[in-house]
Amino acid sequence: GAVAGMRPARAEALVPNSWDEITSYNNFYEFGTDKGDPSRKAGALTTDPWSVEIGGLVDRPGRYDLGDILAKVSIEDRLYRLRCVEAWSMVVPWQGFELADLLDMAGVQASAKYVAFETLLRPEEMPGQRGRILDWPYVEGLRLDEAMHPLTIMATGLYGKPLPNQNGAPLRLVVPWKYGFKSIKSVVRITLTNTQPPTSWNRYAPREYGFYANVNPTVDHPRWSQATERRIGGGFFAPRVATLMFNGYGEEVAGLYADMDLAAEF
Amino acid sequence: MTGVQRVNIALARLPTWPVYVAGMLPAAWAVWLGATGGLGVEPINALEDRLGLLALQFLIAGLAVTPLRRWTGLNLIRFRRALGLVAMGHLVLHLTVWLVLDLRDWGLVWADIVKRPYITVGMLAFALLLPLAATSSNRAIRSLGPLRWRRLHRLVYLAVPLGGLHFVMQAKGWQVEPLVYLATILGLLALRVGVTRARIAA
Repeated sequence: GAVAGMRPARAEALVPNSWDEITSYNNFYEFGTDKGDPSRKAGALTTDPWSVEIGGLVDRPGRYDLGDILAKVSIEDRLYRLRCVEAWSMVVPWQGFELADLLDMAGVQASAKYVAFETLLRPEEMPGQRGRILDWPYVEGLRLDEAMHPLTIMATGLYGKPLPNQNGAPLRLVVPWKYGFKSIKSVVRITLTNTQPPTSWNRYAPREYGFYANVNPTVDHPRWSQATERRIGGGFFAPRVATLMFNGYGEEVAGLYADMDLAAEF
Repeated sequence: MTGVQRVNIALARLPTWPVYVAGMLPAAWAVWLGATGGLGVEPINALEDRLGLLALQFLIAGLAVTPLRRWTGLNLIRFRRALGLVAMGHLVLHLTVWLVLDLRDWGLVWADIVKRPYITVGMLAFALLLPLAATSSNRAIRSLGPLRWRRLHRLVYLAVPLGGLHFVMQAKGWQVEPLVYLATILGLLALRVGVTRARIAA
């Protein structure tokens, strides 16, 4: 509800990618490194029952059942651009609720500065976790003001249907102005901290993946340019398009980074 | 007469042109799939990857010819030129897709070659293979002389591992498949080291 009247940048021009595109082309290394692995291998993931352990600097720590959470929040449609760090992008019609609502349920203490997230660790259902490509479980983090921002949501659905497993069922973060890897999937733990939490890709290759990971066409990934991106679904003949600062959400979020050197804190 | 000898005699009667035709079929198939939606929703990247991988597979097949003959007696030397040129055909397509469908800009191509180590390594591998492709005709062998020709073609021992390294470096994370390819290439080269030393000693 807090974004009522706030129109995400260029929203009128956004055309969502198809269900097939969004659910067949995924990075979810818990199921394998190929883009097709998640849709092929995520079927066995048990997403019900599901709960989220919320802890750290909160007034009401504990295990929050997903059903109880959903009873207390209002689910909204959010049509967002998704820009992958690999320089491709989609437009996704999510359903979800603001992360701020969930954090308010737990009662964030005044000393909290960051929010740490953790993905489910269940190698028997997530075959990629049997390999050591990343340190499992996958972890991500946001600064508290980023987490409380009205554009930041926990998604539960796609195209009006429950979130498919390969897209991070049953509950995933979506932070539309950051590279896709920040939007951690299948979240089971949220911890409020006063120090910057470690994040999986940053731990793996700090030169390549920063903590902030804001979409920024002027700061290249060491292995490729971030100035342009390819829209999924364009086929052979669609040219690359220019990448927008903060993925086009600068009007809403640039203020969060007013005093920062975004080339140094990328 | 052993089975391998019989196979060798049968192979010696075969023409080599079908290797070129059959060898380029996977590329044609990949382009067809990409154009018709068979490579998924991101066909340009998928086609780039697949053509590069096919090139590497043909280069590895070429590297395997000598050890195969030495350890099993199977003689595929007659087909090695075709394997190498088919690999080159896939590499040219790999680079064409990169330039024409992906980046569409010589300036971006050059910037990538200079700035991105995995692309620098890949281009170096390609550059090392160019003189080999250019001297693959019988006439070139005659005019260079067999000794110089053979020396020149040892560049393949540098180019193919660089190609394997390019595959490892472009992946996000240490992925198993590229590492298996690189290990295979290094293994095929290692099989030669001992033999060459023995020959020099003898």
